[in-house]
Formats: sequence, structure tokens, C-alpha cells
Amino acid sequence: MIENLHLWYIPLLPFAGFLINGILGRRLPKWLVTIVALLAPLAAFVWVLNAAQSIYFHFVFPYAPRGPLGYGTYGYVPLPHVETCPLAWINIAALHIDFSFVLDQLSLVMLLIVTGVGFLIHVYSVGYMGDEEGYARYFSYLNLFLFFMTVLVLAGNALVMFVGWEGVGLASYLLIGFYFQKKSAADAGKKAFIVNRVGDFGFLIAMFLLVANFGTLTFTEIAAKLGMDPGWNGGVVTVIALCLMLGAAGKSAQLPLYIWLPDAMEGPTPVSALIHAATMVTAGVYMVARAHAVFDHSPFALSVVAIVGAATAIFAATIALVQNDIKRVLAYSTISQLGYMFLGCGVAAYSAAIFHLMTHAFFKALLFLAAGSVIHGLGGEQDLRKMGGLWKKLPVTCAVTFVGVLAIAGIPPFAGFFSKDAILYAAFLQGPNGKILWLVGAITALLTSFYMFRLWYMAFWGTSRSEDAHPHESPWSMRVPLVILALLSICGGWIGLDFSNGWGNVESWINMERFSGFLAPVFGARVAAGGSGEIELYLSLLAVGLAALGWLGAYLVYGADNGLPARLAGAFSGSYRLLANKYFVDEFYGATVVKPLLGFSKYILGWVVDVGILGGLAWLLGGIAMFTGAILQRWQSGNLRSYAAWLAAGAAVVLIFMLVPWTTVWPASMGLIWKVAGH
Amino acid sequence: MSSFLSQEVPLSWYLLLSAALFSLGVVGFLIKRNLITVFMSIELMLNGVNLSFVTFAHQWHAVKGQIFVFFVMMVAAAEAAVGLAIIIAVFRARATLAVDRIDLMKL
Repeated sequence: MIENLHLWYIPLLPFAGFLINGILGRRLPKWLVTIVALLAPLAAFVWVLNAAQSIYFHFVFPYAPRGPLGYGTYGYVPLPHVETCPLAWINIAALHIDFSFVLDQLSLVMLLIVTGVGFLIHVYSVGYMGDEEGYARYFSYLNLFLFFMTVLVLAGNALVMFVGWEGVGLASYLLIGFYFQKKSAADAGKKAFIVNRVGDFGFLIAMFLLVANFGTLTFTEIAAKLGMDPGWNGGVVTVIALCLMLGAAGKSAQLPLYIWLPDAMEGPTPVSALIHAATMVTAGVYMVARAHAVFDHSPFALSVVAIVGAATAIFAATIALVQNDIKRVLAYSTISQLGYMFLGCGVAAYSAAIFHLMTHAFFKALLFLAAGSVIHGLGGEQDLRKMGGLWKKLPVTCAVTFVGVLAIAGIPPFAGFFSKDAILYAAFLQGPNGKILWLVGAITALLTSFYMFRLWYMAFWGTSRSEDAHPHESPWSMRVPLVILALLSICGGWIGLDFSNGWGNVESWINMERFSGFLAPVFGARVAAGGSGEIELYLSLLAVGLAALGWLGAYLVYGADNGLPARLAGAFSGSYRLLANKYFVDEFYGATVVKPLLGFSKYILGWVVDVGILGGLAWLLGGIAMFTGAILQRWQSGNLRSYAAWLAAGAAVVLIFMLVPWTTVWPASMGLIWKVAGH
Repeated sequence: MSSFLSQEVPLSWYLLLSAALFSLGVVGFLIKRNLITVFMSIELMLNGVNLSFVTFAHQWHAVKGQIFVFFVMMVAAAEAAVGLAIIIAVFRARATLAVDRIDLMKL
């Protein structure tokens, strides 16, 4: 029995919230705005759950009464479940593109994250943004984001995905620039938008190439065509994959396009949690996973993805070591963790990447929201150097941050441990180069542990370094989402555990068989060669050791007010300055890209083309009109007698024309001219 | 040999006279500044046209042309009555009859 799941409700419910709050929000009372804003994502989440239960009911309750087809009476929808808008969208010659939504295991996981975490962050925002101007505007943007994000996730073909892709970029722009009176916020919004344009260029080129080579943009059809012909390997497939990777690097803030994400922290903190940590920035990973068939046919592109991911991971982690803005530490940490996900994709461990995407959504949203709670409690203070000793005033925030830090550092049994471990294990099995990738990832894990515990110690331990602050714990609407996310950060990793071989067999249940088994219909069953439970166990122990080392380091340096950080900074002043200035990448881009572009725009396009050519042309046309007008103006003298004279002259001309026998005069006069001319 | 006088005046003479009268009227209309002279020039044009109507009516032995002349004369009379009244009103208001000065409607 194939049911219609009405997937289009999922994006349209937040869209309705956007319309109501966006159009009427300013006139509605605040409680009504809140209800609309919360109902929209909640309803979408419920609808996702409904879709999930109608698919998996018979897994959960295998003994439920069965229907005539052998499936549960509650309905069993085979995956992937495709729903297409009955109206054709684009139908040109052989190219046929539908507005279609696809629900499969991959999009189901993403949808649960997007709407679930999204709802929690909406709840949190009620408390966080309660006193802000533009309350309704904020929530309408947030709902708009959920609309586009769910479109992106549900997309059955690249073009629908592109609609969501651009839409989340728009929502991100609007929310980064939410405090648009602040120049830095407006600039950060523009920066995010423009840098993403570079990535979108890659996505567009990839789509054109897909249409040109496959005649379709539907992911399943592309995969089928690639699978049919083993000749598809390298060449144009590599180009397509690299273009897609460029798009993903823009959206997911990878090298070399990561520069917009730290600046995006200008937006309200819940926005950073939802868009710039948990969901939107993972869209690149999702896209690579969704288009995995293309990447699978290009080993070169896959290794590029892996190298970019690993390089970004360690690059951003080193910058995060010395940042003092609590949100920027988290921003660089997000870039670094996204690097892990791309590393996972690059070694074809897509399910591990998606697993890390999920756990990262939990603990990074948690960390951002906790940071927001600290900032809220301190009245807007973001500088770690001015915090300290907050655990007494903000006990809940301190506790949940600790959970988040343990999760991201990879301490078992918290969520991050399992997913990071799965990626590192998959990287380790990728031949000799994989060992290097694994090493980079492991060092990054050490750095991650260090800078996250540094953040925690600097913010919550030691003595308060700011006298005039009166920190207060956040309202319940902020604490409840924090606690829920903390629980998810603890337990989120356990869904991958497989106890089918018994509890005692640690090697067996620690690998991620259950989660990758769940995603196997999408990605195919992949068993890496040379792997064994023993290797994985040793690797995880090593990773835990590295995480503990990072914790110990952070404790020794930042656990007490011993002046050690300053002395270390003095001892390694060169590298410290390099890191504190983020490797001068912004300055480098400013000098090599922005400045020449601005100069070209201002002088060549502005002066030569705009003022010179276009302006000159406009002046020329205007001048011609004015000149002709000046002449013709004399006809319109307003002098009746001159009009009469013209009338008479016209009549005379007509008369002459009628009276003169042209048929005889004309040839004669022509002959005369001929003669006069000398022939 | 018939005498010059016994012969009928040729058609073209009447037409030439009619054209001459009309042209004089046009020229007078265009170059004179006094409103009354302009008005008289219009009458002159009308009468030039009348003459050609009568001429052709005689030539073709058709009475329609002559009837048309009566219509024209009637219109001219009405026009004279209205026109002169307007001229008097204008003179009272503006104390001038120079057409170039009566340009209140002009921008």
C-alpha cells in the first residue's frame, strides 16, 4: 500500500509561519507571534515524525496486525518515496525537470535534525530574543530558513536542491545582518552572500554539465546512468564532482571559501546555532552525500574532498586555539568539524559523515546556545578574557557546556566520540594516504579537545575577570532546549551501536554498523578492505587518549589563573600572532581579490564603462533629442498666422503636386540633369 | 469675323480672377496685423471661392453650384455678425486689434 505522505507540508508549514509573521507580525501581539513562530517548526517536525512512523512502524512493532500485502496496517511506504508536483516545472525538448521531493533514509535523518533541532532553537530564541526589536522579523526569517532548508533536504533533483540552496543563503544573509544598523553585521551578511556566490557558481556549472552529459538532474537517474556504463570514470565526471565540491565548500565553509563563517557570528547567537552550526553549513556535506554516485566515479575528486576536509579541519582548529571571542572559537570549531565530515565523504564513508553531521548538530547547537546563554547572562559580553568563574552564577549553562565539550572532544560515551571515531577509522583504512589523513584528523582531535576545554575553563572556572558584570541564569525557555540538546549530545551517538553480537563483544558493537546499515539503501553497503574490530578499538583508544591529553593540557594552562597563557603567547609570539590573525587569510584575500576587484569596479567599470561609455551614450542620445527639439520647437510658435502660413504652403505643395504632369516632367528633368552632368 | 466683344468671356478668365482673389485673401490673412483686415481677407477668400462656384455652375448649366454660393454667403453673413461682435469685445478688453498682441492663451 503506497501512501501519499504529503511531504510538501513539511516545507510549507514554516513558510506559512514566515508569511504570517513577516506580513502581519508587527501588528500582532507578541504572544501570538511566538505561538505562530513555534507552531510552524513544531508542526513540520510532527509531520516528519508522521512520515517516519508511517515508514518504520512495522520495524518498531513487528507484531502489529498485518494488512493483506503483508505489511503493517498502519501503512508501509517503500523508500525512496518520491512525490512530484503534478504540474511540470521545466519541460524543454529532452530536458524534463519536475518539482519533486524525495524521502529516503538520508533525507529522513536530515529532516529530523533540521526540524527537531530547529524547533528547539526556536524555543530558545523566544527567551533569547525576547527583549529585542524586530522580534517578529527575526522569527519570520527563522521560519523562512526552515522552509528553504527542508526544500533543500527533500529535493529529488539538483535544481530543486538549488532552490533551497539559494534560499538558505538568503535566510542566512538576512539573519547575519539582523542587526543591520551595525555596519559590521551588514558587512558580514554581504560577505557571506558574496563568498557563497563563488560556491554557487561551481554548483551551477556542475548542473549544466550534468544536463549536458546525462540529460537529467534527478539524483537517482544520474546514479542509474553512471552505474549502467563503467566508462563513466574520471574526465567529465571529475569536473562535475569538483564543481559540486566548490559549491559545497562555499556553503559548508571549507578551504578556501571558509572566510565568511567566522564573520557570520555577527548574527544573533541562536542563528549561529541553527544556521551556522547545525543545519545550513552542513548542506554542503549533505549535497556531496546526495550526489555520492558522481563522486564514487571519480577517485581524484574524492581524494580532493578528503584532502580539503582534512586540511580545513586542522587549519581551523589551530586558529580556534587562540581566539578570544567565545562565538569565534565555536565558529572555527564548526569549520573544523565540517572538515571532518568532508574527510568522511572523501574516504567514501558517507554514512560516517552523516553520522557526524547529526551528532555535530546536537553538540554544536548545544555549545552555541550555551554560549548564547553566557552572552545573554553577561549582557552581551563575548570576550572570554572578561569571563571566568561563571559556574556559580550559571550552573545549568556550565553543566550543559561541559557535556557539549566532552561530546566534541570525543570522550566516550558522548555523541562526538562515536561519529569522529567512525570517520577516522574509515580514513585509516584508505591505504597509505589514508594514514596521513587519519594522522591529521587525530591531531585535529587533540587540538579540538584542547581549545574546547580552554573555552570551558576560561568561561566558567577561575575567578571572575570582570567586576561590573552581574551574570544571571537564563529563563526556562532557554534552559529547556539546552538540557534536551545536552541529553541528545550524550545519547546521540548510541544509535549507531550494534549490540546484536552481545554486550561483551566491544569490538563488534563499537563500530557503526547499525547507522550505516540504516543508510545502506542510499549509499550502498560499503565494507572497507583491511578493517577489523581490533584496529578500530585501538584507534578509538588512541583518539580517547589524545582527547584526554588535550583536556589535560587545557587544564594545566587555563585551569588556574597562573599567567601561563600569557607566558606561552610570549614564548611563541610569532606563531601566536599568526594564529591570532587567522593566518592573515582575510588580509590576503583583501589584497589579492577584493582590492583589485574594487579597483576594477571603481575605475574600469565605474569610470570608463559607466561614466564614459554608458553615461556618454546617454548624454549623446539626450543631446540629439534636445538639439532636434530646439529646431522643431520653432514650429510650435503659438503664432496662429505662422500655422496658417504653413497650412497655405502645404496646400500649395499639394496643389503643385497635383497640377504638374509628373509623368512627362520627371523623365525630362532627369534627362536635363544627365546632360548638365556632362554626358 | 466676330467682334472681340461679341464673344463670351472664356472660362479661364473667371477662374484666374477667382484664384487671384483667393490668393489676395490668403496673403492678406497672413501678413496683415489688424484684426478687421484679417477678417476682410477671409471674406475675400470666401468670395474668390464663390466666383469659381458660379463659373462652373454656368459652364455646366447646373444649379447646384449657385445654391452652394448662397450657403457660403449665408455662413459668411453669420460669421461676420459673430466675428465683428468678438472683435468689438476684444477691442474693449484689450484696447488693441493687433493680432500679435492677442496672445493671452500662449504660454
